[in-house]
Amino acid sequence: MTSWFAKFLTSSIGKKVIMSLTGLFLISFLLVHLLGNLQLILAQDQGQTFNEYAYFMTHNPVIKFLSYGLYAFILIHAIQGLLLAYNNRKARGDQRYAVKVDRTAGASKSSIYMGSLGTVILIFIVIHMAQFWLQMKLGNTEMVVYDEEPVKDLYTLVAAVYQNIGFVIFYVVAMIFIAFHLWHGFQSAWQTLGLNHKKYTPLIKAVGYVYSVLIPLGFAAIPVIMFLRQQ
Amino acid sequence: MENMKLKLRIWRQGGKYPKGQFVEYPLDGVNDHMSFLEMLDVLNEKLISQKEDPIAFEHDCREGICGTCSLVINGYPHGPMQQTTACQLHMRNFRDGETITIEPWRSRAFPIVKDLVVNRDAFDRIIQAGGYISIDTGQAQDGNAIPIEKDQASHAFDAATCIGCGACVAACPNASAMLFLGAKVSHLAQVPQGKVEAETRVQRMVHQHDVEGFGQCSNITACEAECPKGISVEHIARLNRQYIASTIGSEKVAN
Ligand code: HEM
Ligand code: SF4
Ligand code: FES
Repeated sequence: MTSWFAKFLTSSIGKKVIMSLTGLFLISFLLVHLLGNLQLILAQDQGQTFNEYAYFMTHNPVIKFLSYGLYAFILIHAIQGLLLAYNNRKARGDQRYAVKVDRTAGASKSSIYMGSLGTVILIFIVIHMAQFWLQMKLGNTEMVVYDEEPVKDLYTLVAAVYQNIGFVIFYVVAMIFIAFHLWHGFQSAWQTLGLNHKKYTPLIKAVGYVYSVLIPLGFAAIPVIMFLRQQ
Repeated sequence: MENMKLKLRIWRQGGKYPKGQFVEYPLDGVNDHMSFLEMLDVLNEKLISQKEDPIAFEHDCREGICGTCSLVINGYPHGPMQQTTACQLHMRNFRDGETITIEPWRSRAFPIVKDLVVNRDAFDRIIQAGGYISIDTGQAQDGNAIPIEKDQASHAFDAATCIGCGACVAACPNASAMLFLGAKVSHLAQVPQGKVEAETRVQRMVHQHDVEGFGQCSNITACEAECPKGISVEHIARLNRQYIASTIGSEKVAN
């Protein structure tokens, strides 16, 4: 006897509810992450504001707790997403259509490629974490002293990476993939939860389109501006 | 046009297991007033007169109400015309000399019986799981005695126009049957007679959908685009709401 809750989570709707809730959490994380990172380009003080912010984010117990939740949610979203994509491919059967068309009623074409878009985003997240997060955890960063307090100099590490035009392009391209993922994902998450409403859905869609352009654009601006400033 | 010439590329398959393949058939003398199925009838008459095996395809009412016809025409379930069943599609929508590719519904849950005929028993089993009302709803006049707002009744009827054809599954890149399931659950959930068993019904029908091996919904809306009755994905949202409320919020544990 599986419990009613396990049955819910493994049903086709339950699996999507997991995608939706983890996706919405990741969406709210992106906004916070962007607001923090904008200090890389907004505060022109050789990185002091940014480094102190990074110190706060890695030492505050509440934020540390939330960050473990975030790692778990990324993993759950990615694993569940890939399983869904695999399962859905199998549901078509062995023989696929000879003529392929992609007409949809309300959703964008992104909706058909969520698994592929997500896979690229996953690869990006792994490289991104290995480049900054892991280096910081391994103690591969220099230390700077602000007000007699030694702080890891994450700013210099980031600035060094963004001197490389190859990495700048990689980051910008990754943001385009996130934009397309969110173009469908933002509105889809609410439909999954059952929220399709004549009064609210147009608003959700509008906010989703603005969000999925502005947030990746903001992220992409950081490596581009840091690269240009260092030329 | 009286005499269209067509090249038909049709999927032929002897049964569930033998491998199938496309066979090309040239066809002359097609009248543009013919329906798509009448055009296939002409081809089959020709094949029979040549002592060849005619093409197996399903049809019944030929007036767009039974949901039996099931052809993927040039990639589109029921053909390129929206809100039209294959039997209501006419040859004037095709060009003289055109190559038309005809395939069966493709879904693991709809195994091929022969050529273009698939077995859609999976839909019947989903209905058997809960797509009915088992309480006594009385005689016809009792129906009129139950108050229901016109708007709400119309919404329920929108869902009730689903003819169970399976084009939503055929169109869905995930081969999910959520639009069919959504239409059936949403239809009964919106009428007072159906509300009585709504909580158990939604759990049982979703469970059966999953057992049959249909895919999950990615909210792609290809189903709505190809549904001959234009059923809206709004009904999938109502299905999701009902399912979440029933499994999480109610005391019912079905299956
Ligand atoms: C920046 C991080 C990410 C955010 C903000 C995000 C957000 C979302 C949202 C909101 C949805 C819609 C959920 C729904 O339809 O209910 C979604 C769907 C999806 N995501 Fe992500 N996602 C992210 C990363 C990833 C990654 C790394 C993968 C890994 C492969 C992935 C794979 C998928 C898939 C396959 C779907 C479609 C699920 C379906 O509808 O069948 N996503 N995502
Ligand atoms: S929802 Fe539309 S496409 Fe699906 S079975 Fe019903 S009528 Fe056919
Ligand atoms: S044959 Fe009845 S709907 Fe087409």
